[in-house]
Amino acid sequence: MLITIKLFATFRQDRFRVAERDVAEGTTVADVLRALDIDEPEVGMLFVRGRHVETDRVLVEGDALAIFPLVGGG
Amino acid sequence: MHKIYRVNMTDLSVKVEPVPAEWAGLGGRALTSTIVAAEVPPTCHPLGPNNKLVFAPGLLSGTAASNAGRFSCGAKSPLTGGIKESSAGGTSSRIIARLGIKAIIVEGQPAGDAWYALVVGKDGVEIREETETLGLGTFATVEKINARHGEDFGVITLGPAGEHMMAISNISVKDPESKIRSFGRGGLGAVMGSKRVKLLAIDPTGGAPLALADPAKFKEANRTFTKTLADHPVSGQGLKKYGTAVLVNVINEAGGLPTKNFTTGQCDHHDQISGEQMYDNIVAREGEPSHPCSPACQIQCSQVYNDKDGKYLTSGFEYETIWALGADGMIKDLDVIAEIDNVMDDLGVDSIETPVMFAVAMEAGLLPWGDGARMLQLLREDIAKATPLGRLLGGGTGHVGRAYGLTRIPVVKNQAIPAYDPRPIKGIGVTYATTTMGADHTAGYAIATNILNVGGKVDPLKNDGQVELSRNLQIATAAVDSTGLCLFIAFPALDIPACLGSVVEMLNARYGLALTGDDVVALGKNVLKIEHAFNLAAGLGPETDRLPEFFELESIAPHDAKWDMDQKELATFWNF
Repeated sequence: MLITIKLFATFRQDRFRVAERDVAEGTTVADVLRALDIDEPEVGMLFVRGRHVETDRVLVEGDALAIFPLVGGG
Repeated sequence: MHKIYRVNMTDLSVKVEPVPAEWAGLGGRALTSTIVAAEVPPTCHPLGPNNKLVFAPGLLSGTAASNAGRFSCGAKSPLTGGIKESSAGGTSSRIIARLGIKAIIVEGQPAGDAWYALVVGKDGVEIREETETLGLGTFATVEKINARHGEDFGVITLGPAGEHMMAISNISVKDPESKIRSFGRGGLGAVMGSKRVKLLAIDPTGGAPLALADPAKFKEANRTFTKTLADHPVSGQGLKKYGTAVLVNVINEAGGLPTKNFTTGQCDHHDQISGEQMYDNIVAREGEPSHPCSPACQIQCSQVYNDKDGKYLTSGFEYETIWALGADGMIKDLDVIAEIDNVMDDLGVDSIETPVMFAVAMEAGLLPWGDGARMLQLLREDIAKATPLGRLLGGGTGHVGRAYGLTRIPVVKNQAIPAYDPRPIKGIGVTYATTTMGADHTAGYAIATNILNVGGKVDPLKNDGQVELSRNLQIATAAVDSTGLCLFIAFPALDIPACLGSVVEMLNARYGLALTGDDVVALGKNVLKIEHAFNLAAGLGPETDRLPEFFELESIAPHDAKWDMDQKELATFWNF
């Protein structure tokens, strides 16, 4: 199934901004992080379709997953 | 810090007064709000002789504490009609503190047409008639004062907008590079202008490092504090690299980035105006990605942003400004946004109120969406010169919206709502509605816990727990605003217990006290209550603790969210 992955801030370095990936049914957010070589403690926020998700979230066809490191501002 | 300077502009006299015992334990916001509440009649006209403008360094300003370089300015606000405290960086806070000055109170109003400069020194204040800098922008004014007095002087000044007493005007503070930091919100520039004070020049001569009750303990606590700032990913790395503008993509992704005057929560060109894009441009053009706004800042969220030719365009290029111009006003070119930012700094106008006002003016048809060139023209030709059109715009967001008969006017207590839509991020809506300041994200930054997963997690789209979250944050913020510390210490403070403990220890070691965390919370509560009582007496009752109606009537994409918090639940905010 096709999903979209969006990376932000330092996670873009040596990776990409946005990419489509064909992944197996049942793929979780944690699986995606592992494939991208992103350590979970580095992750600050995860969004699917604009909602916060946890790493055990099972992705479905057409999902857009946004991955942010710990950042803030104000 | 053992003296209060009281400058009476009615008879052009100055008194140096001892600090009353009940003010001794106060600084920053706690002190400005206490003085305003004690001495300013809540029903007075903000631009009349009974209003007072108060500057106060924080409780830790002037010490070696990291990030303690901020100070507060307070008055009754001509924008909100309520009490106002605004915080700024720059070099003046440390100088004022090291001169032993607890607060500077500017009161009264001169009868004639003359303008004045206040030269603040170790023995008092000299009131001099000012002519040379009148009509000049803030950058040129700083240059003139540097040349007149020396680069080591602090400068606190108005731009043209403050001289014209516009509600969008701010008060600018010289930073370490002789650029500008701002007491941004609430139209405080108009209050200073109403007293015909163009500028304060702060003479560092005779200033001395502050005496500490327990130097060893202070040093140790500051070491711990500094380590927590370095250890937290937001204050230690994130802000330094991308600045606050890293939030453009975060808030866009969360569906809460107010776009095209708050009609949708995501912006198609978000990547063009993002912190990531800003960083790439800065590096490619040999600017500075990280930069301190005040001495001893180690977070360094500021930056120097150059144009395509490598020439200085602006610094202190903030998320709020970029959002307001780029998403709310639909300007797609980050370089144009930077140029407007610099012009706003030069005119001395609030870079939240002004662009949010322009987005409302765009909706009104006064200028096309995204037309940065026309906006620059209106700033330079109309606002700077106070033409009738400039005065219409200079009245702020609410003023322009009313003039054009609009209903989608994003203000609370007549102050523009900043960069987070309250419908899909409900915690910040509680802060906008209830804070004594009018719509102000910094008063209780619920974004931390609603979106950034700092200080725990509270679902942004649900009402549950938001009043309590905002209350706790507003109390803590009022306390932090009293210390002279940058509010961004809240990121480690929310996640690392040793952070707040070390701040309390620094206060104890500075003053020889035995405060606990509970005492600091009590200070924060007391500040909010003093401010609330002032607002109630000024006519800002519970009916003004609410968001504009359009948030209840219009749902916002992508979450199809409306503001639906019960007004009675909101009112429980003040149950403490």
